[in-house]
Amino acid sequence: MKIPEDLKYSKTHEWVKMLDADSCLIGITDFAQSELGDIVFINLPEPGDDAVKAEAFCDVESVKAVSDVISPVTGTIFEVNETLVDAPQTLNEDPFEAWIVKVVKITATVDLMDAKAYAAFVESEGGAV
Amino acid sequence: MDMKTPLFGEHEKLGGKIVPFGGYLLPVQYGTGVITEHLAVRTHAGLFDVSHMGELMFEGPDAVSNIQNLCTADISSMTDGQVRYAMMCNEKGGIVDDLVICRMKADQYMLVVNAGNHKKDAAWVESHLFGNLKYKDISEYLAQIALQGPNSEVILRKICKEEYIPAKYYHFVENGEIHAGSHKISAMISRTGYTGERGFEFYCRPEDAVELWNTLLEAGTEEGLIPCGLGARDTLRLEASMPLYGHEMTDDISPVEAGLPCKLEGKEFIGRQAIINRGKPAVRRVGLKITGRGIAREQCPVLDMAGNKIGWVSSGTFCPFLGYAAAMAYVPAAGFETGTPVTVDVRGRMIEADIVSLPFYNVNR
Repeated sequence: MKIPEDLKYSKTHEWVKMLDADSCLIGITDFAQSELGDIVFINLPEPGDDAVKAEAFCDVESVKAVSDVISPVTGTIFEVNETLVDAPQTLNEDPFEAWIVKVVKITATVDLMDAKAYAAFVESEGGAV
Repeated sequence: MDMKTPLFGEHEKLGGKIVPFGGYLLPVQYGTGVITEHLAVRTHAGLFDVSHMGELMFEGPDAVSNIQNLCTADISSMTDGQVRYAMMCNEKGGIVDDLVICRMKADQYMLVVNAGNHKKDAAWVESHLFGNLKYKDISEYLAQIALQGPNSEVILRKICKEEYIPAKYYHFVENGEIHAGSHKISAMISRTGYTGERGFEFYCRPEDAVELWNTLLEAGTEEGLIPCGLGARDTLRLEASMPLYGHEMTDDISPVEAGLPCKLEGKEFIGRQAIINRGKPAVRRVGLKITGRGIAREQCPVLDMAGNKIGWVSSGTFCPFLGYAAAMAYVPAAGFETGTPVTVDVRGRMIEADIVSLPFYNVNR
């Protein structure tokens, strides 16, 4: 189970990479992708859409089911990772490289954990770290 | 409390992700994942634990007349070692369950029913039995394993003599023998399956299941055989347009509406008159090829190009082998021919689709 040290993590298994004081990249964690199974589709938002902390901003689909991706921050979606449209499986193969959105003008965030706290959290959810 | 099949320990050893299904604990996938497992069955071979299915035995002078009364199929022309697909219907003409009927002898038959409907089917059957009949629910005495894929016969021939391998689709050898090291495992070997590929289903004693499973896995290693879970089982059957109870068939949908074989003349069966009384079906089952961006899933409304709701999706997924999202749906019987464009309401987004004929995928079995 990969949990990079330089990222922050939400309780709903998204990772956040702060780029500067008020912008970040968001993706889903290794634990999230392994729980989802083979991802076959992602419904990306549009640049310019609002991101609202603790609310879904996009969903991913595995063969069996659809799962919401919850935004850890409130801000404006500046860029979306179009490469995921034709290659959704990169979310499984390389979850920490496969960023989903870049959010700017961040005004609020959910409680985020560091790598160590997230590892403990994953273990408590039944994941093998 | 959910039950374990005799192979539960093997699934854990193999890293299976266990989920509850039909009252049992079974692997939805192994570490390989649904897509890899699905593709393995299409290109090489896959092994499935299907021990959760129910088996009902009918024996005696009135075995035939009881089965004729319960099931849509006319079994009078069956031969020993033959399998026939059928449904049981209720008094409204809806479907109680779909099943296969295996004829061992003229007065001995085994019906194989869905795990999820096992209790319902047994109660239904038991409330309609008559005459000189020995009926027994033998599910607990049987384990079942499915070997499916283009390499399935090559694999089986390594561990099974030709005389025990059924030569024709929808036939079985009752007293087959599988070579496991120094001894033999007895199994009924049926040339049937639920994946759309060539393959076999083995019925054996529960105490032999682990050995049979491992013997098959070992025999198939060179041919790319891998264990596969329920997730792949569902995407495979959907890709092959095979109906699933609770989706394409329910208590309310008739066999005629579902486009399933149902002979209305020739013999009486429960629900026959009700099906006839329904008249020309108002709905029919079709395939949808999703042309827009999205995956249609069960219960999604289907709309005509004017935006009116005209039907619903009964099953849908992304089909790994075909490479596109497909679904089965019910639409009005008239006016929605193959080629008609429709939209599917997928969680509020309108996704384009075309009505296509079934099956999406088909090979010689």
